[in-house]
Amino acid sequence: MIPIAHVLALSVALFVIGAAGFVFRKNIITVFMCIELMLNAVNLAFIGFSRYLGNLDGHLFVFFVIVVAAAEASVGLAIIIALNRNRDSLNIDDLDSMKM
Amino acid sequence: MLILFYVCAVLAVLAALSVVAQRTPIYSALSLIVVLCALAVVYLLLDAEFIAVIQVIVYAGAIMVLFVYVIMLLNAGREEPSQRSRMARWLGAPLLAAFLVEILIAVWNQFPAGNSRPAGVLNAGPAAIGHLLFRNYVLPFEATSILILVAIMGAVVLAKREF
Amino acid sequence: METLLILMLLPPLAGAAVNGVLGRRLPQAAISLIGCGAAGFSMLFALLCAWTYSISAAQPAPFIHSYFTWIEAGSLRADYALYYDRLTLVMTVTVTVVAFLIHLYSRGYMQHEGGYYRFFTYLNLFLFMMLTLVTAANYPLMFVGWEGVGLCSYLLIGFYFRRPAAADAGKKAFIVTRIGDAGFAVGVALLFWTFGSLNFQETFGRIIALPAGEMQGTMTAVGLLLFLGAVGKSAQIPLYVWLPDAMEGPTPVSALIHAATMVTAGVYLVARSSPIYSHAPQALQVVAVIGCVTAFFAATIALTQNDLKRMLAYSTISQLGYMFIGCGVGAFAAGIFHLMTHACFKSLLFLAAGSVMHALDGELDMRKMGGLRRKMKTTFLTFFIATLAISGVPGLSGFFSKDEILAGAYEGPLGQPWLYWLGAFTAGLTALYMFRGLFLTFFGKSRLTPDLEHHVHESGSKMTVPLLVLALFSIVAGDVSWPKAFGGSESFDRYLEPVFKPSEDSLRAFAPSAAHGPGSDALMIFALLFAGLGILVAYWFYLRSTRLPALLAERFSLLYNTLLHKYYVDEFYDWLIVRPLRVGSEKLLWQECDVGAIDGVMVNGTAKLVDDAGGFLRRIQSGNIRSYASWVLLGATVWLAYVLWPR
Repeated sequence: MIPIAHVLALSVALFVIGAAGFVFRKNIITVFMCIELMLNAVNLAFIGFSRYLGNLDGHLFVFFVIVVAAAEASVGLAIIIALNRNRDSLNIDDLDSMKM
Repeated sequence: MLILFYVCAVLAVLAALSVVAQRTPIYSALSLIVVLCALAVVYLLLDAEFIAVIQVIVYAGAIMVLFVYVIMLLNAGREEPSQRSRMARWLGAPLLAAFLVEILIAVWNQFPAGNSRPAGVLNAGPAAIGHLLFRNYVLPFEATSILILVAIMGAVVLAKREF
Repeated sequence: METLLILMLLPPLAGAAVNGVLGRRLPQAAISLIGCGAAGFSMLFALLCAWTYSISAAQPAPFIHSYFTWIEAGSLRADYALYYDRLTLVMTVTVTVVAFLIHLYSRGYMQHEGGYYRFFTYLNLFLFMMLTLVTAANYPLMFVGWEGVGLCSYLLIGFYFRRPAAADAGKKAFIVTRIGDAGFAVGVALLFWTFGSLNFQETFGRIIALPAGEMQGTMTAVGLLLFLGAVGKSAQIPLYVWLPDAMEGPTPVSALIHAATMVTAGVYLVARSSPIYSHAPQALQVVAVIGCVTAFFAATIALTQNDLKRMLAYSTISQLGYMFIGCGVGAFAAGIFHLMTHACFKSLLFLAAGSVMHALDGELDMRKMGGLRRKMKTTFLTFFIATLAISGVPGLSGFFSKDEILAGAYEGPLGQPWLYWLGAFTAGLTALYMFRGLFLTFFGKSRLTPDLEHHVHESGSKMTVPLLVLALFSIVAGDVSWPKAFGGSESFDRYLEPVFKPSEDSLRAFAPSAAHGPGSDALMIFALLFAGLGILVAYWFYLRSTRLPALLAERFSLLYNTLLHKYYVDEFYDWLIVRPLRVGSEKLLWQECDVGAIDGVMVNGTAKLVDDAGGFLRRIQSGNIRSYASWVLLGATVWLAYVLWPR
């Protein structure tokens, strides 16, 4: 029905767009959202393959990905709030204290 | 069916581009919600009913709401262009293009002419998912429950005003 | 017999060990007892060995005994093995007797010098090494002795190490002989490569079995290389420059090492290796020529020297030249004969000089001596006897041995007339400078400084007794071989025949037409004429017209100065070798290589390289998240490309 190649092509496209945003955007929250976009792309790939192979395990993977993404988002945003409180900046380039 | 898929695909891609391209974070957030919903439709088309609904409820409904709250809380405004990484500036675009091309080539070699195996209707309802979840994947299930607990505590601790 | 040999070798080694370790705390009497006792026992056992060997049924075949395996590496096998034949007998008896007498003499001479125990330690050690050298049954063991005597020579020359001149002289001796030692080592290596063995018995046996003229190239090379070692050790041209400077050491050292024993090691080497030389006539020619030229050259220098010991040093170089003439013309026995007689009278000369020095509180300049025969009768007598011997006056030992060499130079297997004539003329020069020394020191008016006049006295019996014994030997040592002219049987030659005959026979193949000259009687008379002339000239110059030498020196000042400054050879060597080496070492090897290359490039350079690389790589860790993301992307892309690339 829906060709698997097209599903994967969509997945890849979303992933690359997300990566582009990660590399090129400055605002932390935007970058975070791009990460979520990449996760979703991966989810789509899982579902596509699950349909293609007739195996339900892919759905379970997606389930867990969503759960972990939720946890990650909450903790991540909390960190961003704390950072903003200390640095008063949402610019990712300002967060470079972990350098050599 | 196929047409609906292509429509949703195009919508998702456009919205994703919007996520990446918008200057204001709140617009990016809203675009991301559009992406999620489009993807939910695609999931439905791929017989993933449970996941589609979960996507809408949890992902679009809870996580993105959280994002929007934080954006509004931090009053994130427009951002000025700046670039401090030479690596990102020069190599970013070519790398991404290369990456894209590579995977597309791989995909095309693997699944030429994009066939889809009619593997029969997949029963992906809650009962089937539940069966699998609480039998084969019960360990990860328990682990994620602990994970969520830790995440809650972490978020609360990290975001407090005073220690 | 084998135990006797070891018993001969052991006492000096033990004496050196005891004196070396405990000597500092022992009183002088104990030290000299151990030292002289060791030498004495060694002499005793040497004589016992000689007697045992002489009455044994096997002689004249050599007695060889291997005590234990020393080296066994691949195909090289060198045991600690000792070789005793008639040549060894002659050498060991000579060395031990002379060494014992000199040990006794040192008791008196070194009494008031510092480092008494050190002296006897080194002296004993030297004796052990020298005996090892002459009794070794293979080249490696001989080389051990060879190097050992070189070491002891260095230690003893630089005995007064606080004096820069003495320390420098020690170094000079060691370094110059090293050049020779290198030749020795290469020669031995070549020998091993050719024959696969360094054992005397095996190797010489094989060489003698070869037909005449076989393997001439290799034999010549080996012969020349071994001779290079001899040139260094026995102070021939061009490596003689260390011997005059070696006079900085105490006089007993000069007597023992640089007159009687160590410097003769080179002659022994050539004689022992006679089978090799028997197949290399060109090498022997070189030996004879260098010996002859050195003899003449050194004698001319000795004519002008004012320092008593230095004159004797050049005399030693000259006499060693004679020994090499003997070996070089194929008359090996004659060379060894002269070695034996020379050991007696030359060590006597040095010891007498030491006695004079002792009496004059260290003065050695003959211009400041004179008339000592009245005050030091015994020293004068013995010195006079030795001078007669070295000048070849008939009746004393030197006459017999020198005569045999000159006869061989004319008539020997490889003899040539010009060798004889130059040798005879040099004999005349020898008589001249020796009697000059005698007259300047002991005759005429006293030129001593006033305070020395009162101080001068005859030396004690500890010193004069050895002098007298050596004088006796100087007279009778020649009696072992009366020449044919006097109806004798040249028994020394005959005695050593078993050792040298095979080699001499091989040599005759190369010289079928030996020069048949005027006959040995005439040769002897000519030599005597030259010697007599020399004595007369010395008498005239230094006793009659005493102003004549100074006038001649002014008249022929260029010649005189050249001789006085030893032909400026030392200066030449300094310019040619020492200076460039020093500059090269400092500028090139030190600055460039050591500081520049090793320190700069290798050590510091490596560190800097690591440092710079680290500094460069550090910049990847920028802390910038986007940069990190890009790196991850890069990695993923590259890896993906690698995985997906169609094989």
